[in-house]
Amino acid sequence: MIEPFVPWREIRRMEHEMERMEREMDRLFESFFPRRRRFFEAEFPPMNVWTNSEGAVVTVEVPGVNPEQLELAVVGDTLTLRGKRLAEDLPEGARYQRRERFQGEFARSLQLPFTIDAEHVEAQYENGILTITLPRAEADKPKRITVQTA
Amino acid sequence: MAEETRALQVREETRPARVERARRILAPAVDIIETHDDILILADMPGVNQDNVEVTLEKNILTIRGTVQSHAPQGYNLDYAEYEGGDYERTFTLTEDIDREKIEALMKQGVLHLRLPKAGPARVRRIPVKAV
Repeated sequence: MIEPFVPWREIRRMEHEMERMEREMDRLFESFFPRRRRFFEAEFPPMNVWTNSEGAVVTVEVPGVNPEQLELAVVGDTLTLRGKRLAEDLPEGARYQRRERFQGEFARSLQLPFTIDAEHVEAQYENGILTITLPRAEADKPKRITVQTA
Repeated sequence: MAEETRALQVREETRPARVERARRILAPAVDIIETHDDILILADMPGVNQDNVEVTLEKNILTIRGTVQSHAPQGYNLDYAEYEGGDYERTFTLTEDIDREKIEALMKQGVLHLRLPKAGPARVRRIPVKAV
C-alpha cells in the first residue's frame, strides 16, 4: 500500500533518524573517551539545582576560584553568578603540555520557578563547591484556603 | 644544548573504562605545565579536601585519586543537573625522571596542585665520544 505523503510524518521520521545517529555518535564517543568528564561540553561552571516547597539550593562546581571573585545577584526569580578564574602565574620558560581547565571570565543566569526572597539568600564556598540557598518569597508561596461549610 | 632538546612528555595512560560498582569515577580536567625544573599538574577536583586526595607514583606511573564528600543538600530533590557526583581518578605515564622525594601535593579550593621536580642533571649520563 502506498502511504500518503504527510509532511509532518516525514519530518518526524527524519527526527528519529537524527536521534538515532546522535545516539550512535555518543556511543562511539564514549568508547573513545571512557568515563571522561566532558568538561568542554557543559558551560563553566556547571550547576545543579535542588528544590523543595520552601525554595531551592543551587550547587556550583567552581574549583580554584577565590570566593571574593564571585559575584551573586538575585532579581525576581533569576540568579546570576559572575566570576573569573585566572591562569596561574608561571615562571619564565614554562609551557603548557596540556590545557583542559577553564580559564577566563564567566557569567551565568538561572531562572527559578518562583520569586526568590533576596533578603535571605545565603552562599557558602567549600572545596571548590559553591552552595547557594535561595528561599522562596513568602508572597509567592501557595496559600491554603479552607472551604467553609455554610 | 643537546640535552635540552630531548623530548619530555607526560603521557596519559590509556586503559579500558572501569567497571563501576558503588560510585562513578570521573577523570578530572587537568593542566600540565612544564618548567625548567619541574612539572606542575593542576587538577580540578571540586568537593575533595586535602585529606581525601591520594597521589601515587609507581615506577613512572602517576595516579591521582580524590574522594568526594557528599554535598547534597538535605531535604531537597535534585531537579536539574549539569554535573554528576563521583570520585576522581586519572593516571599518567611520566617519561621524565622525577625526584620522588621532593614531590609536593596541595589541595586548594578543590584544585590539586602537584609539583614534580625533575631529577637533577646527575641522572643524565653523557657518554663522551672519543675521536680517534
